[in-house]
Amino acid sequence: MADLRNNFVGIKTPNPFWLASAPPTDKAYNVERAFRAGWGGVVWKTLGLDPHIVNVNGPRYGAIWGADRRLLGLNNIELITDRPLDINLREIKEVKRKWPDRALVTSLMVPCEEPCWQEILKQVEDTGSDGVELNFGCPHGMSERGMGSAVGQVPEYIEMVARWAKSHTRMPVIVKLTPNITDVRYPARAARQGGADAVSLINTISSIISVDLDSFSPEPSIDGKGSHGGYCGPAVKPIALNMVAEIARDAETADLPISGIGGVTTWRDAAEFLALGAGNVQVCTAAMTYGFKIVEDMIEGLSNWMDQAGHADLDSVVGRAVPNVTDWQYLNLNYVAKARIDQDSCIKCGRCHIACEDTSHQAITNMVDGARHFEVVDAECVGCNLCVSVCPVENCITMEQVPAGKRDTRTGETVSPDYGNWTMHPNNPMAAAE
Amino acid sequence: MAKSKTIDGIAAQRLPADQYVENFADAHPPLNGHEALVEADRCYFCYDAPCVTACPTSIDIPKFIRQIATGNLNGSAKTIFDQNILGGMCARVCPTETLCEQACVREAAEGKPVKIGLLQRHATDGAMRDNLQFYERAAPTGKKIAVVGGGPAGLACAHRLSMYGHDVVVLESQPKAGGLNEYGIAAYKTTDDFAQAEIDYVTKIGGIEFRHQQTLGATVTLDGLCEDYDAVFLGIGLNGVNRLGLGGEDAPGIADATRYIAALRQADDLASLPVGRRVLVIGGGMTAIDIAAQTKLLGAEEVTIAYRRGREDMNASALEQQQAANKGVVIRHWVQPKTIKTDADGVSAVTLEYTENRDGRLVGTGDEITLQVDQLFRAIGQQLDDNLGDDEALASLTMEKGRIRIDGTGQTSLSGVWAGGDCATGGDDLTVTAVAEGRDAAEAIHTALA
Repeated sequence: MADLRNNFVGIKTPNPFWLASAPPTDKAYNVERAFRAGWGGVVWKTLGLDPHIVNVNGPRYGAIWGADRRLLGLNNIELITDRPLDINLREIKEVKRKWPDRALVTSLMVPCEEPCWQEILKQVEDTGSDGVELNFGCPHGMSERGMGSAVGQVPEYIEMVARWAKSHTRMPVIVKLTPNITDVRYPARAARQGGADAVSLINTISSIISVDLDSFSPEPSIDGKGSHGGYCGPAVKPIALNMVAEIARDAETADLPISGIGGVTTWRDAAEFLALGAGNVQVCTAAMTYGFKIVEDMIEGLSNWMDQAGHADLDSVVGRAVPNVTDWQYLNLNYVAKARIDQDSCIKCGRCHIACEDTSHQAITNMVDGARHFEVVDAECVGCNLCVSVCPVENCITMEQVPAGKRDTRTGETVSPDYGNWTMHPNNPMAAAE
Repeated sequence: MAKSKTIDGIAAQRLPADQYVENFADAHPPLNGHEALVEADRCYFCYDAPCVTACPTSIDIPKFIRQIATGNLNGSAKTIFDQNILGGMCARVCPTETLCEQACVREAAEGKPVKIGLLQRHATDGAMRDNLQFYERAAPTGKKIAVVGGGPAGLACAHRLSMYGHDVVVLESQPKAGGLNEYGIAAYKTTDDFAQAEIDYVTKIGGIEFRHQQTLGATVTLDGLCEDYDAVFLGIGLNGVNRLGLGGEDAPGIADATRYIAALRQADDLASLPVGRRVLVIGGGMTAIDIAAQTKLLGAEEVTIAYRRGREDMNASALEQQQAANKGVVIRHWVQPKTIKTDADGVSAVTLEYTENRDGRLVGTGDEITLQVDQLFRAIGQQLDDNLGDDEALASLTMEKGRIRIDGTGQTSLSGVWAGGDCATGGDDLTVTAVAEGRDAAEAIHTALA
């Protein structure tokens, strides 16, 4: 059995699956249910100063769905906890005492004034929390008050507040980053400069999820009006993976621990975050969609995959894909692939043909000798993978490498065995001289 | 008080009153909105979709299903009606399992095709419920066209002609239009007087006049029609019924399945229909299945279909055979009727001879089985009514295998006369085929009159 025990900035948990700071971690009742279900840790929903904030009294969520109304993306306009600070602190202390083997990290968001941070950090430390997460990510409601992503969008503020936090507590400090920036490496570097022990990302993405076409109000609609919210769920995973990878392969932050967040729904998603350098993952939307029980397969699936792949522990997985993330200019232009359609599994829907015919390279037939037949025309196929992407049958279309020494019928050239990228390409005016 | 199933002979009221309601309820209840959305999501929106190719009317199925999925239900109905104005009836009676749904790529992928028929019903029912009329007549052309027969072929032809601005007179031999939609087809496939509701909906376009009790060969002649109208469309169906060719065939208790089904479809009270205790049906097509299943549902204790060839040779689809079997109908393959035994009350037994395929030829083996029978139905196919009168034009039509020969546009051998549906060559004897042929003939007529 693979060892799933996780040590994230000194916080030890039986598995790498934490619940992110969000409605599922707002109070003792939910958190204890999560721990009973098997979650390795939680980041308690963000605390603020009293008087506590209030939420809208109407819909807080909007959604986009895939086929069969499968939830793909969720948008929310909920704010940080709307319960009094002392109740939260009391419950955190009780829960931590009852569940010593699970992580209980407390998320915080207070105004950008050092005494505010000093005061609340002291109170949190008294609860026995395993660490704090500084919420510099929330894109709605709090940002207009100079908190959340308003901080996360200014690297200097991140560094300043991280430094205050480190100077006023012995607890590990995790800085939660907003994706609502242009280059995530700058806020990550700032967190590191400020002394943060780790970063967690991504927080939600600013979004309007839909418009009601009867009332012409954005949704969720509150009395006919809507404001932007924070977008999360499976749809944001690719954005999160890229940002995690950018930090993991940045020389200035390469050794900065990362807690990966953003659309983690299955063990496979989690494994991908780990491979791109995340030390653990945080989950929210999947739990809000299916309940806490999903952690069972996250744990078992990850464990089974690690057993089958021969990965003994999480350290054997974390960061394994990072060396393979590169810049476009270093991709091997001498690598040639062609699509191959397995005729036995092809159900003849024709989507590969029409996608290629209408929008790409006219490289897939639809009729051969008068019969409905879908086959790749190598002389036209650029190996773009669009057909694979639109095919409804898994593994029906695959990409096969044209081995070195063979002729690419599209270009008429023999595939080179050598590595050759854009920096060396003759068409590149900036190509390095021979 | 219902009589017992075990009373010998032919008797009405074999079942308690409420049993009839249950037995003849909608065979395939409609999808609700949620079910339709879930099902619509399963469609892959195939390119040059095999389901469209398999549809005799070439409805753009991926498009109408996508329109259901996107909440454009009105657009979905119009996509269907553009190709098939009787899309509502076809959604109910098409053997989708041998047409669109058999061709569905998800049948190939998982053995579970998208429920195209039920989705089509969902879309068309919605439009009919809201009485959405999608078509307007073009400016009047001043042309007048006779459509003989108000069945699916005639209705489709009439609607399309009216759209183009022609005036149409439908000459119908029966008190009601609809043809087999009204007088054939199993009752549980088209409940709630749907055939008439559909005719009302379709003819709202205007320009279509119905004249009832007008029979070719009796009240009108093709000669006369050719004189009085700019064009004629024949959609007269097949009103003659093939006979078994056995002694005793005219004894009481022996009837044509089509006549009985017509009476059943028109019955105000199903309990009033007399049905045998032991029913035998000779045939292997949809009519055989429909008479067998419905007599079983009327309370016959034993219903047997005798078909002279194998399961795969039957015109009724495997699914239809299975559904009949589920209702308790016994299907005997490889047997043919040999002798009919009668007594004072009529038919009392039928002897069947076993058959086999010997070198491509169907032959009797000499082995026999005798079944006790008190009601026997002929369902071995229909033919053109041979009593169409003394009509020079009609007599001059080129025939082929007992049907009016037409080309791909529905044109008969006689200038100015088109034909379609069961009475004409080409296509299967399906409602949907008749619709396609009627529609295409209208296009050809319109072109010819231009």
